[in-house]
Amino acid sequence: MGFEGIGAAVRRKEDQRFLSGSGHYTDDINRHGQLYAYIRRSDRPHARIIAIDTKAAGAMPGVAAVYTGADMQADNVGGLPCGWQVKNKDGTPMAEPPHPVLAVGKVRHVGDPFAVVVAESRQAAKDAAEKIAVTWEDLPGTASIADALAPGAALVHDDVPGNLCYDWHIGDPAATDAAFAQAARVVKLDLTNNRLIPNAMEPRAAVGDYDRTTGEHTLYTTSQNPHVIRLLMGAFVLHIPESRLRVVAPDVGGGFGSKIYHYAEEAIVTWAAGKLGKPVKWTAERAESFLSDAHGRDHISSAEMALDAEGNFLALRVKTLANMGAYLSTFAPCIPTYLYATLLAGVYKTPVIYAEVKAVFTNTVPVDAYRGAGRPEATYLLERLADVIAHETGIDRVSLRQRNFIPADAFPYQTPVALQYDSGNYQATLDAALKAADWAGFRARRAAAQTKGKLRGIGISTYIEACGIAPSAVVGSLGARAGLYEVANIRVHPTGSVSVFTGAHSHGQGHETTFAQVVSDQLGVPFEQIEIVHGDTEKIPFGMGTYGSRSLAVGGSAMVKAMDKIIAKGKRIAAHLLEASVDDIEFKNGAFSVAGTDKVKTLAEISLAAYVPHNYPINELEPGLEETAFYDPKNFTFPAGCHVAEIEIDPDTGVITVVNFVAVDDVGRVINPMIVEGQVQGGVAQGIGQALLENAVYDGSAQLVTGSMMDYTMPRADDLPSISVGTETTLCTHNPLGVKGCGEVGAIGSPPAIINAVVDALSDYGVRHIDMPASPQKIWSIVRAGRSRAAA
Amino acid sequence: MPQVTLTVNGKSETVDVEGRTLLVELLREKLGLTGTHVGCDTSQCGACVVHVNGMSVKSCTMLALQTEGAAVTTIEGLAKPDGTLHPMQEMFREHHALQCGFCTPGMVMSAVDLVQSHPEGLTEQQIRHGLEGNLCRCTGYHNIVKAIAAAWPLMHGKAMPEAAE
Repeated sequence: MGFEGIGAAVRRKEDQRFLSGSGHYTDDINRHGQLYAYIRRSDRPHARIIAIDTKAAGAMPGVAAVYTGADMQADNVGGLPCGWQVKNKDGTPMAEPPHPVLAVGKVRHVGDPFAVVVAESRQAAKDAAEKIAVTWEDLPGTASIADALAPGAALVHDDVPGNLCYDWHIGDPAATDAAFAQAARVVKLDLTNNRLIPNAMEPRAAVGDYDRTTGEHTLYTTSQNPHVIRLLMGAFVLHIPESRLRVVAPDVGGGFGSKIYHYAEEAIVTWAAGKLGKPVKWTAERAESFLSDAHGRDHISSAEMALDAEGNFLALRVKTLANMGAYLSTFAPCIPTYLYATLLAGVYKTPVIYAEVKAVFTNTVPVDAYRGAGRPEATYLLERLADVIAHETGIDRVSLRQRNFIPADAFPYQTPVALQYDSGNYQATLDAALKAADWAGFRARRAAAQTKGKLRGIGISTYIEACGIAPSAVVGSLGARAGLYEVANIRVHPTGSVSVFTGAHSHGQGHETTFAQVVSDQLGVPFEQIEIVHGDTEKIPFGMGTYGSRSLAVGGSAMVKAMDKIIAKGKRIAAHLLEASVDDIEFKNGAFSVAGTDKVKTLAEISLAAYVPHNYPINELEPGLEETAFYDPKNFTFPAGCHVAEIEIDPDTGVITVVNFVAVDDVGRVINPMIVEGQVQGGVAQGIGQALLENAVYDGSAQLVTGSMMDYTMPRADDLPSISVGTETTLCTHNPLGVKGCGEVGAIGSPPAIINAVVDALSDYGVRHIDMPASPQKIWSIVRAGRSRAAA
Repeated sequence: MPQVTLTVNGKSETVDVEGRTLLVELLREKLGLTGTHVGCDTSQCGACVVHVNGMSVKSCTMLALQTEGAAVTTIEGLAKPDGTLHPMQEMFREHHALQCGFCTPGMVMSAVDLVQSHPEGLTEQQIRHGLEGNLCRCTGYHNIVKAIAAAWPLMHGKAMPEAAE
């Protein structure tokens, strides 16, 4: 097909509606007779609920109902389930305390919902919610991991001793100890991975609807995975069978992980709509997003690398403490374990690794996957450690990395921490990035900056990630309570146009375009005659949704598998119509032909024959041309690459300007280079945000200080540089398209490149490490202390 | 309940509103113009930007009653009646300046005002600075900046002056 097929920078189908104001987001949905929910949330970090008085609120004008956790319990509503069980070192399961939809007995973080008002208008609900009177008994709150683990710390959950969720490990401790005993040198680094607040631009929203005549519930929600929400909410929380529960995730305004999870508000509006027999709508105010969307990262780690005299990595030992927040969000336990510690080999052939991870409850918003999820934490640790090793051994930081790279001819490569990488070429992405960033010319640029009184630094990060999540049997053995396949249903209509029903969900990724390109390429159907349908459990078969850069690697593979079935059936129909043997039928460019002849039938002709089966092998084949395929991946996919950041510091103000950023990534086969570039640029922007600007700050009493966009530093246009994106391709060896995934690489590779550049710029100031975010205040203090030392 | 009469996308509207009703609430909830979005509660994100008498305004920060007699243009009113996109909308599509689409209406409305109010031309830094009131979490702004620079010549009917480039 060429132009609109695989590899073309096709402009997006979805843009017409988004650009003209015709997008259809959850808060744009209004149902007849709709009521509005407003949720009262705890303003206390940790408190016992002595009494809740809702009488005055219930008497306010326009109020239909006021509910508390007790009302939901009385109605047999279950708690929010966790989808992954991690085991302790001794094989016992993690602590898994209950997570009531509305708090019962205690509130455990600022933002914990404890009551809901349903009223005729948003304003009436909000006015009434202020009249709910609560008698509290305040308890000590802990926000930091260190405080929560301190002896005698207040317990977030009374039956979870020491606030410890789990104490887990991976790797070979004895072999690691032995390697350290033999090491010529050991380099250590302690570091923090700062807590982030996702802040998708569309606040979460949910509309519950209930049809009294059929008993059917419908939930419209801002979700990355409507089937997962239907399963979790239906089976565990509200006890509604799938056949009576429809979940629709329409246009969704960004997710970045934060819209994977099953949230309390989804259950509240669905349940309240059923109780009241009227639609109930809830839309988060941004302040609520800060206090209720799952946060990301929040690790404290100490790492040490054993080295031989030449700088070869002999062994890595890592201890990490991970903040879970007050409750276990849907996939929280797997992030600091199977999406983090399994990545600690990175792109290096480190022969032995041992990592220990403790997950800790605190009085903070639950923490779960945020763009990259575990892999940015692993990359940051490794790539900062590599730079510190280079600095302390005097080995050039690029040479050190090259020396330890897994070579391009070593694939498939088994790491010491469970994963088997299928393909990659780390030297190729490194070479391309160094060239694009003019690494060799940096010395001159630093000198030029110096003459202007600026401190210039350059930093590098060579990273790998595991995505295309994931082989069901593997993740099942690791504690996942779900399969992670994907589904596609492909319907060739009688006149040859095509509808694709996919379990993947697009919330900015452009699936309506890239998926149509894949189908156009494989079936030879014009791009504009292909429609991609997603996000509605009533239309699509059971699919798992979009996260972990899985849509194309897993969802796209399901599409290919379904198209293979379409083509196989089409060949049998063609063989009948063309009076040839099935084995002689070829399918190419949208047409079936008899090999070596000019006898041809187009896909549209075959499809028409399938739906109007007058001349048709009706005794052998069913009519119709529609196929469904479920694809379970054979392995994770392993995008990798090299990011180079160049920054300039104004020593008088501490302000850092990113003057150049180059990302060269191997994401496997590229379907639409324009979209891949956009995904990488967006990811890099979030990575630069983490490195320089963003930080969720709790005070000593566990009150969220950065609770609005006025306090939490979202990257703005003038905080960011132009971001140069290149690709170097090795194909994924185990999926039919050879694709790896590009959604998360930007956020994974970039933070250490930035911090390495900042530390490089401050090399004259004796700086070994700077924790993120490298704020102007931190930098200014370092420069000032350095100047004072020089003056003394 | 007080009434306000204004023109929205060329059409006269008279609407009952509460004193506390915001312009964005009037547009979304009373007139069903859901292209204008609400992304925050502190006037930071700019998803709600519309034009009031030709100037870009955060519609979450203006009371509906303040628009008495005003002409308001929303994203729904930017394209020509025959559906032909405004050059800014066209350049956003051409340069892949949107992903999830949620910040897009406010971003486009701000960008149109930015270009209109700079007939002398715009540098990349001016564009970036001019977007300070609009947050995007998807694109890293890279392609938004490119789209705005590309829309300038189309809107002004001449090449961007050299000095501005």
